[in-house]
Amino acid sequence: MADYQIKEEPKQYDAVIIGSGAGGGMAAYVLANAGLKVCLLEAGAMYDPATDSAQLKNPWESPRRGASTKFRPFGDFDGCYWGWEIDGEPYTQAEGTSWDWWRARMLGGRTNHWGRISLRFGPKDFKHRSIDGLGEDWPIGYEDVKPYYDKVDRLIGVFGTNEGLENEPDGIFLPPPLPRLHELKIKKAAQGIGIPVIPSRLSILTKKINDERGQCFYCAQCGRSCKVYADFSSGSCLVKPAVATGNVDVIPNAMAREVVTDSEGLATGVSYVNKDDMLDYQVNGRVVILAASACESARLLLNSVSRRHPNGLANSSDVVGKYLHDSTGASVSGVLPELMGRKRYNEDGVGGMHVYTPWWLDNKKLDFPRGYHIEYWGGMQQPAYGFGWGVENLNGKLQVNGKTKEAGGYGKSLKEDYRFMYGASVGMAGRGEAIAFESNYCEIDPNVVDKYGIPVLRFNVKYSDYEINQAKHMNQTFKEILHEMGAIITSGGDAGPHNNWGLQNPGKIIHEAGTVRMGNDPKKSALNKWSQAHDCKNLFCVDGGQFVSQGDKNITWTIMALSMRASEYIVDQMKKQNI
Amino acid sequence: MDRRESLKAIVLSTVSSALLLESCDSKSEEQVAQVLETPESSPGDWRTPEELERLKLVTSKNFFTEQELATITILSDIIIPADEVSGSASEAGVPDFIEFIVKDKPEFQTPMRSGLKWLDIQSLNQYEKPFRDLNEGQQLEMVDAIAYPERAAPEMKKGVAFFSLMRNLTATGFFTSEMGVNDIGYVGNRPNQWKGVPEEVLRQHNLVYTEKELRECVTFDRNA
Repeated sequence: MADYQIKEEPKQYDAVIIGSGAGGGMAAYVLANAGLKVCLLEAGAMYDPATDSAQLKNPWESPRRGASTKFRPFGDFDGCYWGWEIDGEPYTQAEGTSWDWWRARMLGGRTNHWGRISLRFGPKDFKHRSIDGLGEDWPIGYEDVKPYYDKVDRLIGVFGTNEGLENEPDGIFLPPPLPRLHELKIKKAAQGIGIPVIPSRLSILTKKINDERGQCFYCAQCGRSCKVYADFSSGSCLVKPAVATGNVDVIPNAMAREVVTDSEGLATGVSYVNKDDMLDYQVNGRVVILAASACESARLLLNSVSRRHPNGLANSSDVVGKYLHDSTGASVSGVLPELMGRKRYNEDGVGGMHVYTPWWLDNKKLDFPRGYHIEYWGGMQQPAYGFGWGVENLNGKLQVNGKTKEAGGYGKSLKEDYRFMYGASVGMAGRGEAIAFESNYCEIDPNVVDKYGIPVLRFNVKYSDYEINQAKHMNQTFKEILHEMGAIITSGGDAGPHNNWGLQNPGKIIHEAGTVRMGNDPKKSALNKWSQAHDCKNLFCVDGGQFVSQGDKNITWTIMALSMRASEYIVDQMKKQNI
Repeated sequence: MDRRESLKAIVLSTVSSALLLESCDSKSEEQVAQVLETPESSPGDWRTPEELERLKLVTSKNFFTEQELATITILSDIIIPADEVSGSASEAGVPDFIEFIVKDKPEFQTPMRSGLKWLDIQSLNQYEKPFRDLNEGQQLEMVDAIAYPERAAPEMKKGVAFFSLMRNLTATGFFTSEMGVNDIGYVGNRPNQWKGVPEEVLRQHNLVYTEKELRECVTFDRNA
């Protein structure tokens, strides 16, 4: 260790942002366009979908035919580097608990492959404690965030329809694509039993919105990240234009170690490990903005221990790492005999569902407090690894071209079965709101460090009966819809108390939130209503960490709206010389 | 015409002529050409250094012996033979795919190797020859005993599990090959305009788009 030294970058920035995903990308965009000098630290590699995406590859162009690897858990063509495990970067779990933690390591983060489901929170989602007494109300309401949702809609682009629903606010929408065949059948069946199905709301450009981004050409591969930037990813839609202002330096492969503070307790910069030379560096700025993901941001704060901040930075309240929650998830899928032997045509559409179901019931009449929305899939998709798998469990249950078949088999008859069944699959998944409990948390594991010597997180998260009862409701609802459609259920049909009704492990839905929550009371929250640390006025957190609760909505649109709001506040406060 | 040129030609003949009819979409035509103007793809061109390292490691050694691969080839062609629509599993490169995937997913190695061994032992007991050296009738007789899980004899259980794995690997390998994708009739993965379900298909399923849908959604020129 004789030559150990921290190399300090000589340049003084106005802002140092950690993380280039939805929150960090938006902060960089707003601040750079306001003329501030920004340093954007990213723990992964540079990435530009225009050159680096696997869009329009055929399955045979992957020797594993699109199967997953630890580098790409969602498949060989997926647009996200890393995921559930990263070499040399472990995390641990308290005994008897589970949390699956997805970490992207690339410019743009997880936005490169996400489902582009872009839902505003509704008025109830900010004030749920007032409705059911659980969790906490946000210090802000829908009316505070609405102007930013409107701006995000215009800046990024989202398709959908204005339905006038109370808790699914209208927006500024591009036209949605028409439903696919299985989606029309889902709609008919679900509506027949009182479940609404409306056009989905995805940040995919069905119309051109500017000259920097192309228009969707319907290849269904948003998960690979779009080469013409017709879907939203932070790298292509926020960081790229931010860099074009000349005000942003991006430092890739920079693994943040801690936020550095001065004797007054104010943030002065960030120390990080350069993954290429494994040396430590420090970059300084007037404000530090955390956008590393809810759990990574909590980890950074907890690791930033100083004399002024002995319990970790921004943590005099002791809430950092607590209230960790994910969306709940459970699914059921099957095959629809009506769709077998169907006419072939190009059914790709956009990368994701064309219709969805927003939450439609009153929780006062149910045995769980919060709602869920339903996502749908199916149809004639690009064949990939796993195609035809388990045919022996299915072809014996069918009439193939009028003939009853025996399960399994081989030869020309079997080959015909695969053709007959192609495009007949249909499935649905619930994405619901979990209660943010103080007892669900991540903390620093005192015994484990990663390969950079940074102490890692230990998770301690358990689902309660609220989430399990919600999953049961999902399971029964989905079976009802599939039954109504005349489908044969192939997965999720045997769910029950033995597997919490198919409820996925927390973390699995990749909507981590709540660990650096905002609030008016500095004793019960880490941030104020401007995403600014109560304990450190030039420190902000603009990722999912700041969420008090996450509604039955995917959180990305709200991350961007809140990041834009916080960034405009930073510009304003800097002008007034308050920070 | 090289691949790049031919792709461009395909686009011009099938997609952009439709796009050009819509004046506001001239940009799309450019962008489509731009996307397809990528050089001949290689297995590594979208991969990270870690992935390339892994690929090199996986392909640097063989797993199956020549004899094992011969058996795999015979079995895959029994499972997916050539017919009037397309060729056989081995013609589509399925044995190579299986060789790769068992190295990439080592959890398949023991089931595959022990399954192949089981098959040869059965074959030796019955015919005093390994499976690959049996005549076609004998091979099919052995396959019949393990290809139908619901009627297979209890002592065939191990063979049934092996054959199911072999069937799954063969089907996945075949239908993700160029030959298999053409066979199954997947016609996407190309620039397109989604105009909704074709009218004749809607009629066949007694469905219609609502006025609301037709008013609010992107329809392009639906019936063109």
